[in-house]
Amino acid sequence: MKLIMDTANHIAGEAAKAARAEVVAAYPITPQTTVVEYIQKLISNGEFDADFICVESEHSAMAATIGASATGVRTFTATSSHGLLYMHEMLHWAALARLPIVMVNINRTIGPGWNIWADHQDSMAQRDTGWLQFHCGSNQEVFDTVIQSYKIAEAEEIQLPIMVNFDAFILSHTSMPVSIPDQPVIDKFLPKRKPVWKLDSSDPLTHGNIIPPDPYLEIRKSMQESQDKARDLIRTTAEEWKKLTGFWHGGTVEEYRAEDADLVVLAMGTLGSEAKVAVDRLRKERIKAGVFRIRSFRPFPIDEIKKLSEETKLVVVDKALSFGGEGVLYSEVKSALYGRKNEIFGWIAGLGGKDVSWQDLVQMVKAVKDGKAKPVNWQKGGKGAITGFI
Amino acid sequence: MREIFTTISRPVKGATEKTGQWRTFKPLLDKKKCTRCLRCWILCPDGAIQRNEDESVEINLEYCKGCGICANECPVKAIRMVREE
Amino acid sequence: MAFLLEIRLHGRGGQGAVTAANLLAVAALRSGNKDAQASPFFGAERRGAPVKAFARISSEEINLRSQIYNPDLVIVLDQHLLDLVDVTEGLKKGGTLLINTKKRPAEIVSYFPNTIRVATVDATGLALKYEIKVGGIPVVNTAILGAIPKVTSAIKIEKIIEVIKGRFPGESGDKNAKAARDAFGMTEVSP
Repeated sequence: MKLIMDTANHIAGEAAKAARAEVVAAYPITPQTTVVEYIQKLISNGEFDADFICVESEHSAMAATIGASATGVRTFTATSSHGLLYMHEMLHWAALARLPIVMVNINRTIGPGWNIWADHQDSMAQRDTGWLQFHCGSNQEVFDTVIQSYKIAEAEEIQLPIMVNFDAFILSHTSMPVSIPDQPVIDKFLPKRKPVWKLDSSDPLTHGNIIPPDPYLEIRKSMQESQDKARDLIRTTAEEWKKLTGFWHGGTVEEYRAEDADLVVLAMGTLGSEAKVAVDRLRKERIKAGVFRIRSFRPFPIDEIKKLSEETKLVVVDKALSFGGEGVLYSEVKSALYGRKNEIFGWIAGLGGKDVSWQDLVQMVKAVKDGKAKPVNWQKGGKGAITGFI
Repeated sequence: MREIFTTISRPVKGATEKTGQWRTFKPLLDKKKCTRCLRCWILCPDGAIQRNEDESVEINLEYCKGCGICANECPVKAIRMVREE
Repeated sequence: MAFLLEIRLHGRGGQGAVTAANLLAVAALRSGNKDAQASPFFGAERRGAPVKAFARISSEEINLRSQIYNPDLVIVLDQHLLDLVDVTEGLKKGGTLLINTKKRPAEIVSYFPNTIRVATVDATGLALKYEIKVGGIPVVNTAILGAIPKVTSAIKIEKIIEVIKGRFPGESGDKNAKAARDAFGMTEVSP
């Protein structure tokens, strides 16, 4: 075990190396750029035995990753924000082709106005592509989740790509201590990929031929079955990793002081980490609060959320919004709890990198407790120098 | 029991049955004119032209759909299309 | 009682404020703290323009991911920033302001609120003495790191020296380490 202090972007590169990815195709975009730089440095130094494919866009980055993955090798890529949006068509393709690609997405908002800071609008817009989507709250979790993701994605019954998300700058450019297990430990946990189909000229086949409506419906159903099966596998894979390394970040959910809580904050990524600080403060004031940090947004942890008592009030904090609807996580939580009595409150917060501190979260919980919260609430922003009503 | 269900296709002969029945015109090859350039063999979209060891070609009328590409592309007009009886 | 130290560094783009924050965090871990974070100001930075960097050090796991608004310690790498930036913004009562300047604390303490401690060290002088320069310009980040153990017991000078030598191997590391060691001896703190 080696302890290093580095940014989540560099740690993501370390994880791709430790997972023995064989092909990396990527195009740089702020704030993901240092992932690509770091991997290219490792490859050119001879520390990372992989082929790097330089491409001219994110659409091509995913297309090249799909091509490589279809030959049966382990692949890695990384992107962010507009880059992820530009990949959108290929994201559907990767999932329908059942390719176990692992991609890091550094959550950054969408322009205009031009903004390089964190929110979850980019990955939420990919919700229905068929990818599994995980969210991380620390640099250690980024490393551990990338390694675990290959094991989950490549499992015979899953065979779907995984997007490992973490927040722009808050993790991507922040150094934290990370323990990297010895390579033999990682190799034992994650053996070489065994593809269920691959392009091989000695055994020719094609994938993605024309398919009539009846079997088409079945291939979509099969994707859904794999997503459903992944819920258990995410937990057991995390447990296996814990046995080997001691690190544990939760299964599909990280629960924190939630067991006896009257109020539970549901959030993803670094917001879920900050919420633990808020909960510690609230507990000092004898307010029984807890946290459900959603690690797996897809598949959505419906059963874990249903375990909450019907008396528990939920405070769902979204860093993304479905316009004309409501906060995306808020909708998902309400849907999971359909038919139950829980009171559920939503906050739209942290858009475009707006800081959400533990003090903000304490105020949200108190507003719910005191009956002052509306069903849907907004964090207060500001006007700034270059915006205005027309 | 299947684990996942997806769209894999492997090469097979006549996946859509004997497509020769779709024809209106059939190609006739004049072996005396043929220079064995293999253009028809390369360009046939249905793989219905067989290449022999001596580089001569045969048209497999069980699968030829009668599209006429071979006749159009033959540089010495060794193939012509005639109406099926 | 959990110990948490929040630090803000002010520098100019290219002066190594971010590197200093990183080395500081590593030295803090090696000094026995359980967790540490180091980050740049979240955004685009330009060479020569005023920049900020941040660090957190704690005896417990750090779950905080929000920005630092009320630091316990502010480090100023370039005294000219005092004219451009309110370096004491949000600095906690009883907090410490550490400035790279030739002046002694007694000479400048009247410019700052009397609720904070002022510490000074001539890091530029040390960078010049040991010829720590990039493109002819003295680089002060390693020298000023040596002053930090003087204002907080959470970080040990031996660990500062160790991480500097680890980061800059060979002769360069020796020069930087000497500058830090001298800074540790020269730093003066207001009462």
